[in-house]
This record gives sequence, structure tokens and C-alpha cells, in this order.
Amino acid sequence: MLSFLARRSLHSLIVLFVMSFIIYVLIGLMPGDPVDLMISADPDITSEDAIRLRAIYGLDQPLWSRYLHWLGAALTRDFGYSRLYAQPVWDAIIPALGNTLGLLISSLTLALVIALPAGIFAATRPYSLSDYGINLAAFAGLSIPPFWLGILLILLFAVTLGWLPAGGTADAGGATALWERLQYLILPIASLTIAGVGGHTRYMRASMIETLRQDYIRTARAKGLSESRVVLGHALRNAMIPVVTVIALDLGVLFSGALITETVFAYPGMGKLIFDAIMGNDYNLALVGLLLATALTLIGNLLADIAYASLDPRISYAELDR
Amino acid sequence: MKSLWSYFFVGVLIFGLGVHSHQASAKSNLVIGITQYPATFHPNIDSMLAKSYVHGLSRRPITTTDASWKVVCMLCETLPTLENGGAVLEKTPDGKDGIAVTYKILDAAKWGDGMPINVDDVIFTWEVGKHPKSGVSAQEGYRRILSIDQINDKTFTLHVDRRTFDYNDISSLNLLPAHIERAKFKDPAAYRTQTAFDTDANNLGLYMGPYIMATQKTGSHMVFERNPHWWGKKPAFEKITVRVIENTATLEANLLSGGVDMISGELGLSVDQALAFEKRHGKKFNITYMPGLIYEHIDLMLDNPILKDQKIRQALMYALDRKAISEQLFGGKQPVAHSSVNPLDWVFDEDVVTYPFDLAKANALLDEAGWSNKVKGIRMNAAGEPLRFDIMTTAGNRTRELVQQVLQSQWKAVGIDIRIKNEPARIFFGETVTKRKFDAMAMFAWISAPESVPLTTLHSDDIPTAGNNWAGQNYTGYRNPEMNALLEVIETELDRGKRVALWYKLQNIYATDLPALPLYFRANAFILPKWLSGLTPTGHQFPTTLWVEDWAATN
Repeated sequence: MLSFLARRSLHSLIVLFVMSFIIYVLIGLMPGDPVDLMISADPDITSEDAIRLRAIYGLDQPLWSRYLHWLGAALTRDFGYSRLYAQPVWDAIIPALGNTLGLLISSLTLALVIALPAGIFAATRPYSLSDYGINLAAFAGLSIPPFWLGILLILLFAVTLGWLPAGGTADAGGATALWERLQYLILPIASLTIAGVGGHTRYMRASMIETLRQDYIRTARAKGLSESRVVLGHALRNAMIPVVTVIALDLGVLFSGALITETVFAYPGMGKLIFDAIMGNDYNLALVGLLLATALTLIGNLLADIAYASLDPRISYAELDR
Repeated sequence: MKSLWSYFFVGVLIFGLGVHSHQASAKSNLVIGITQYPATFHPNIDSMLAKSYVHGLSRRPITTTDASWKVVCMLCETLPTLENGGAVLEKTPDGKDGIAVTYKILDAAKWGDGMPINVDDVIFTWEVGKHPKSGVSAQEGYRRILSIDQINDKTFTLHVDRRTFDYNDISSLNLLPAHIERAKFKDPAAYRTQTAFDTDANNLGLYMGPYIMATQKTGSHMVFERNPHWWGKKPAFEKITVRVIENTATLEANLLSGGVDMISGELGLSVDQALAFEKRHGKKFNITYMPGLIYEHIDLMLDNPILKDQKIRQALMYALDRKAISEQLFGGKQPVAHSSVNPLDWVFDEDVVTYPFDLAKANALLDEAGWSNKVKGIRMNAAGEPLRFDIMTTAGNRTRELVQQVLQSQWKAVGIDIRIKNEPARIFFGETVTKRKFDAMAMFAWISAPESVPLTTLHSDDIPTAGNNWAGQNYTGYRNPEMNALLEVIETELDRGKRVALWYKLQNIYATDLPALPLYFRANAFILPKWLSGLTPTGHQFPTTLWVEDWAATN
């Protein structure tokens, strides 16, 4: 297993290196540069100022030269300065990363705690009233646009009932006690959880139905095992394999893709940070943010592979590595 | 089962009571909602409205423009003028017309750490401002200062290389505390990343307003507390929190739920959003609309062979019912523009050339220009080409997209085919407008200032080209020697009577030539709690927060 981890880590580093180049070039090829944005906000900037500013920010250099400069500095752990937040890139990223991880871990855990049992329950009673009910709820969760769900939650719990803050973070509301601080997380977590539950329930149900049709399940039943033993003891491990893949891929998507939830709830997380960095032409910040999202997807895939091996004894690390 | 429900309801009630406390907002604290977070807190690097707004709470310029649009002192004792002897005409060392302007900083003025504000700070600010590597974005104002004489600790004379009518307005000279920043400026190239404004933003010595910035969380909020060394009127609120909520629907929800007390006019809801909000919740708040200096217009690409024809440009104006647009979309809160000069500005010409809605005139002009044949309602020229233009603006800007659709239908009525072709702001401003890549029409806004000479947008030297590295803001490619001469002379005309005549001429040339189609001046919507008093919208670029000490909570 250790050699497997070492090899995969090396592969991941190569992928990250290649991705850093691709992302840097793609961002660099986007129209305009930070100075153009400064000019559009400040009519007092003269032609002379524009030329001087481009030289200061290194924007008068060719793209490859800027990338090599960035790479050289990154190898010494200097990832550059965020123009948009006027601080070193990591100083801008770390608070947003903390916020996002808190949101991501809580909502994903909650979504799985609800979705997996619901999917199994529905799969064991296919086409029953309860299955239809769970499917309906799952489709509703999948179909509601996140921004609309967010606004609905705010209107109900913040505006109408006045129970929870409408958005932001605890520091902005002056909250100090743990419970007060948690209140700011409830609505964004609920919003992401509702969206996540639908998908995971559907995956779990489909995978479990497929597994329950396998011969070895029929054999287990023929042996006279109880239904719960058949489902949880025999079917679940195999049924989890495709679900684990989806969860692993979700990590990367959730990391950078919670943009809508973060925007609606004025929650300063990574999705918003990366979006603003790209729109604001903040090359360094966008690059590191996107590389983190890539790294998280790679880590998610690695964890999924480890999970495959533990879920299915027929899979060896040597096979995974092939 | 019944008892289960009882437990549930009791639980919900406790939950509700437990969390309800967040709504309570004591009136000793004020929470303001805005839609943008400043990129940097350095006052002279990267101009940004959000930064001006929060600096209004914590910093003071030497001079500013007040709500009656007059230049006034904030850190100085008396505004120097030629009349009171504070300003004296002189020759520069190379024999040009220059001016010497003397200011005295208020004796009581101190930084938030108790250090007196003195001439050393002025000289240091100038040194940073004009240094090519300091990262200060607009350096023109600093470059114009040839030297600074220190008369004493509090008095200084600026020697300026030209005589401009706004010679005593030094609002862009935002003071930097030399006792903190000088050490950071040892390496000028590294200054923009080392400045205490971003590395130690809660240092009291950076501020000299009624409040100091006590804490902040990037992208989320800034908390301001009373400045212990503020010398002026004591501000009413112990603490002011400025929360950043970009999504305006969430901003409204926060206002309704008590998460914020007010929405700033400078960076809040657009007028159409505010009007919709007013219909639903207007009774709970004081909502004030203030037309400002944000000039919404359509830049015309004058290299376009069809738009080169002045008759076409004038016909486009006559075909528009801008008054109806303002009435129907903006409740009449946004005044129709006739040029880039705001009707609130003292140099505005009441008799400027205007284009009232007149379909007959529009049709006649189009016929005269050779676009008389109509096929399926669209005008054609003799070569059978349709009279068709692309109109571009920032995709996702709901207000502009709405206006765009109305313009499209109004122009269709006179046989002009308009194709909407919008782009994200990033591409629109980053490439299309700045590199003059729009074919016909680009709709956006210019943020101006009182009596601001539109040199960079109208002078032919400021047409962006590959040769000048796309510098300049004359995106239409407008060339008029008479306009060039006016732009150059207005700035240096000190006599108000003569100057206003020049301004009138400029407005009329603009309105006749129509390098851009004036639409309206955007208004700011201030949504304030009933209990807040003393906030006076300014209508220009200097934010209401500069007079925060006048704000109060009343019953």
C-alpha cells in the first residue's frame, strides 16, 4: 500500500505541475489585464500611468516568462501576491479555505447520513409507495436551483421567522458563543445538504438495486439469511463502490462549486474567492485556488481507490495502479 | 404521538427564542450593508468606491467637495484662494504659468495613535505618489506638484506646474502617516506589498477620521470603533460594522431580518431594485434617491462607416424616448442626460442642444442620410444594405439589459435593426471597449466628479491604439480640433465667468457631434432606518461617510 501511495503521490504532483501551466496560460489568454480593470474604475489613470503600472505588475512580460517566474518563486514556497486582496496569496486563501472546508465537510457528512439510508431503504422496496416518496424528495432536491433554495431558506428562517441570520459570518454579526456562531452555518449547510441528498440518494438506490439482482445475493437469501443481513452484510459493500466514486468526484466540485451558495449567503469561501480572482484578473490567486481544487479532486480519487480496495477484496493496489 | 408533537413544538419554540437575539441591534451600533469589499486599504493604490466609502469613516482628506458641491477644507484651516492670498500666481522654473498654494493643517489634527498630522506627512505622501515604482495608480496629480515648501510643522506651500481652476482642491492627496509608512517605503518597488494599510490594517496610526478600523475579515466585513484621538464632533455610534453582501437579494433579506440596519446608497441597490423594494417595504424605511455623477451612455464607434454620418447619430437620439424610459423603468428618479455634464453641476448649460422624442425628425434624418427604403420594416441604403447595429453592454447587468431591450424596440420603430450582443464585464471592459473592438455601440457608465474636464474621453490624443499600448479612454475615436482646444483651455481658465462660457460651448459641441449617446445619470438609492438622521447624500464621488459624525440615532 505504501508503494501505491508513493506512486500515486508522484503522479498527482506531475498532474499538478501540468495543470499549473495549463491554468496559468488559460488565465493569461483571457481578454484584458488587471490594469485594464483599474483604468475602467479610475478615469484619472493616464496613458503614462497605464504603461508604468503594467511594468510594475510584470504584465509587459510574455506569458511564458511570467509563468517561469511564478514557478521559480512557487518552488521556494512563495506563491505570489494577490492583487485583489492586497496580501500574500496564502493569507487570502487560508480563511476562505477554512470556511469552505467547514461548510463542505458538514454538508457532505449530513447529506450522506441522510442519503445512504434513504437510498438503501428505497432500493429494498422498489416501486413501493415509500420508494416513490423518497424518489420524489430526491428529485425535488436535485431540481431546485440552489440560488432559489437559498433565497427561500433566507426568506423563511431569517426574514419571516427571524430565527437565523440571513447570511455572512459570525464575526460580522458580533457573535461570540459557539451556538451563535453555528447559527450562521445552518442555512448554507442546509442548502448544500438538500442539493446533495437528492443525488446521493439516487446513486445509492440505483447501485443497491443493481447489486440486489446479483447471483450471490440470491444465494445469500437461499441460505436463509435475514434481509437486513443480506442487504447490509453482503450487498452494501459492493453497492458502495460506484457511490464512493461519485462522492470522491464531489469533493473537487463542492470545493470550487459552492459559489452560488456562498454568494447567496454572503459566505466568504473558496468558490467565491476563485470566481472573484478569475473575474478580477488576479492570476496568482486564481491559479493557487484552482490548483487546490485540482489537488482535492486528486486526493478524493486516491481515497476512492483506497476505499475500492477495502470494499472489494478482489481489487488489489497493484490493479488500481495499472 | 401527541406528546411527540408537543416536544417538537416546544423544541422549535426554544430554538426560535434562542436564536432570535441576533436581530437585536442596539442603536449605539450601526450595521451598514454594501456590495463590494476593498481590494486594498491603501488610499492611493487602486481607486475603488468601496475603499472611499469605508475610508470616509476612518480618514479625512485635506479638502473635499461637500453636499452642496463646494470645495471645502477637512484637514486644513482655510481653503486657500487667489482672493484670500492663500494662492499666488507664479512662474515655474522653466518659465511656464504656475501657482503656489499654501495650506495650514488643523492644529488639533492627529493620527489615531496620537501623533500629530504635520507637513512631514504631506511631503512623504507626495514622495510616494510620484515615485514610479510605488504602485500608486493615478500619478498625474503628484507629478504636477513641482516642490513643497515647509513653512512650519503645520503649514506648507505646494508649487504646481500649471494654473488649473481647481488649484485648491487637493482631495486626491490622501495623506499617509510618515511615522509608520516611511519604513515600509525603503524599497519603493516592494512598497505596495509592504504597506501597513494591508499588512497591519488595524494600526490606529493609519487613521484620522471619527473612527478607526478595529477589525476586518477579507470579503466579509469591517468593524469601525471610535477614534480616541478624533478632534472633531463626537460621532453618535460607538461601533459601525460595514458588511459586504454582493448579492442584492441577500442584502435586502439582511435588511429585513435586521442583519444590517441600512443599505448604502453609494454601493447598494440599483434604482429599479430600490423602487421594487419600496413598493413592498417602503413604510418601514426612509428611502432617498439622489441623482449622481454616474453617466450612463452609449459610446458610438465613429470608425463605423454608417455611424460616421452625424445625421444617423442625431436620428438615433430623436428616435429615443429617454424621458419615458426614466419614468417607466426608474420612476423618474434618474434624470435624462444631454451631455456628460450633470444638471446639478454649476457649469451645466440649461440651453444645451437636446433631442426630444421626435419620430418624424428621426425618420427625416434617416431618409436624408440615404436609408429611405424599407424592407420588412428595416431601412436599407441604395446598395441594399440593412441599417443594422450591434449594441453591447455588460452581460448580467439587469438594469442595462432592460434598457437595452427598450432601446431596441424604440429604434425598430424607425426601421433600425439592433442586435444585442452582450459580454461579461471582464471581457467587455478588459478587451472589447478598451481595445475598441465593438462594431457600433457600447453601453456603459463613466464615474465623474463635479466640474470634471472629460479630457481622457474626448481628446483625440487619448484614442487607444496598438501604438500607444491601448492607453486612453476616447473609445469612440472622436476627433474634433475645436473640442481638443476647449479641453486644453478649460482646465487652465481661472475666471469662472469665462470658464462657464467654455463649458457651455463644450456641451453644445458634444450634444451636436454626439460621439456618444447620452442616456441618463444614475441615481443612488439610500435605504435608511427611520431612526437614522443626519445622513445627507452628496450626489458626487465623495461618500456620505465623510460626514459620519453628523449621523445620529433618533427616536
